[in-house]
Amino acid sequence: MADGLATARPRGLIARSVTAAADVLSPRSRNLQGLLFSLPLILLFLAFVVYPLYFEVGQAFDLYTYEVLFNDPIYVQTVVNTLVYVGVAVNLKLFLALLLSGILDDDSRSTRFLSAIFLLPWAIPVLPGILSVRWMMSSQWGILNLISEDLGLGSHHWLASRWTAIGALILFHIWKYLPFWTVILLAARRGIPRQLYEAGAIDGAGTFQTFRYISLPLLAGIYLICSLLSMVFTMGDFTNVWLMTGGAPGDSTHVLATLAYRYTFRVGKLDWGVGVFATALPVTLLFIFILIKKIR
Amino acid sequence: MSRGRLGVNLLRAAVLAVVTAWTLFPIYYMVSLALTPWDDLFRPVYVVQRPTLDNFRFVLFQESPFVKYFWRWLANSLLVSAAVMVAVLAVAALGSYALGRIRFRLGRYISGMTLFTYIIPASFLSIPFFKIMGDYDLLDTYWALIAAMTTFAAPYALWVLWDYAKTIPNEIDESAAIDGAGPLAIFFRMYLPLVTPTLIAVGTYAFFFAWNEYLYAVLLLQGEKMITLPVGMGNFLTSDDAPWNLLMALSVIYSIPPVIFYYVFRRYLTHGLVSGAVQGT
Repeated sequence: MADGLATARPRGLIARSVTAAADVLSPRSRNLQGLLFSLPLILLFLAFVVYPLYFEVGQAFDLYTYEVLFNDPIYVQTVVNTLVYVGVAVNLKLFLALLLSGILDDDSRSTRFLSAIFLLPWAIPVLPGILSVRWMMSSQWGILNLISEDLGLGSHHWLASRWTAIGALILFHIWKYLPFWTVILLAARRGIPRQLYEAGAIDGAGTFQTFRYISLPLLAGIYLICSLLSMVFTMGDFTNVWLMTGGAPGDSTHVLATLAYRYTFRVGKLDWGVGVFATALPVTLLFIFILIKKIR
Repeated sequence: MSRGRLGVNLLRAAVLAVVTAWTLFPIYYMVSLALTPWDDLFRPVYVVQRPTLDNFRFVLFQESPFVKYFWRWLANSLLVSAAVMVAVLAVAALGSYALGRIRFRLGRYISGMTLFTYIIPASFLSIPFFKIMGDYDLLDTYWALIAAMTTFAAPYALWVLWDYAKTIPNEIDESAAIDGAGPLAIFFRMYLPLVTPTLIAVGTYAFFFAWNEYLYAVLLLQGEKMITLPVGMGNFLTSDDAPWNLLMALSVIYSIPPVIFYYVFRRYLTHGLVSGAVQGT
């Protein structure tokens, strides 16, 4: 079909008159038309993004929010948890994705087959994965303690202490999201011109040198974007944490979103719940604006 | 083959073996639990001793109080996902036409707006959203959930469509405009047929975006007969003696449709927003 259109394309005088006709629309009526076609999108944005945000910003300017939250040790602990969770999980995951994308960057049949297998955690919805890992870590009936005992390491209450539970969350995060980011970085690697590697090989560059002087500089920009994007996404994580630990033991493993849920529905203080997000808003918005600038 | 090259290849094979095991282990565990009979659930083993399909039967025939509304939950999930799919397709098709074909000056702001919506974590808006829906008396209805999912799935759908819309030669619209076709006629008669394959891909994306959603579903839906599948699964955890073998059978059933979809459309799903950024840098 595209071929047919190409040959049917008007030329010369006719083409000029066609373009002229299309330009009859003034910039103003173009804007009007564009806005009308984007209207559903704009309405959704105003009603369900701007309005809730406006609500949250209002809470951010209320000093009462800070008075309540900063005096709650659980809130302080939650901020620390979120920083550790986001910082370690995202950076470790992306570093592994960078390495793995290098290993998978070839066209052999076996690699393509393995790449397809590696996508499974990404394709499976998040709940089944979490629930499987949660039972795996059950201190009495989970398979992890069976392995641990068979290796002579004894059995442990994996989800019953704060840092092993957060460790479990980090590992689950990596399991679930490593495939997606590996595919993204793999696509970025495929975008690097092959000639550069050939030239490197002629100059006698080894595996490490090729990575250091060709892949790394060309991947740095996209790697940074991926890190920021993934950090913002992970900062809002609710489902993984809520279903893996639910904040237990003793509300020591909450992250921002699960604490907001607890305040709103368990404590019955909706404004505290909104406040949790309000306090995180400045950093989040800053990251978002950096990202929008970089992506465009 | 030199010695160094052999070493690199061995290392590579070892890494791939570890990653394969790491990837498959939780899935293997999920499937084995789903096949475990009640009597063996509390005796951890590496390989299921007496595999059975009973758990799947219990789920499909709703023979346990935990899954007594299985078919209802499935229908709810299908209903919400289908509605989100239709809404996202409408919103994203119109929006991508505006950005990719009309190319108006204010389009910059529209695309910035979609990017913002894509990046901001949905959970950050969840509590105010819950409050707003309460004010409008829309809690425990599907409208609220459909609205939220449409808002958050539309940006990505729009970006993929827009990417494609940019590649359609301009002359098509122009010649139609000369024939006197208005923008709506061009949209319906020329644009939609041309983007149909991409519409199918982003429509399915929107469907499973809603299918997978837990947070907004658990916030907005309460009635035992109103909830979607993932909320029903999460509710297992409120009980101390949750039957995990049953839960894992349910998990397997719930995972199969999205897994098929991700494999069929993975080319589309990794394209679009982020790889668009890749080519830009």
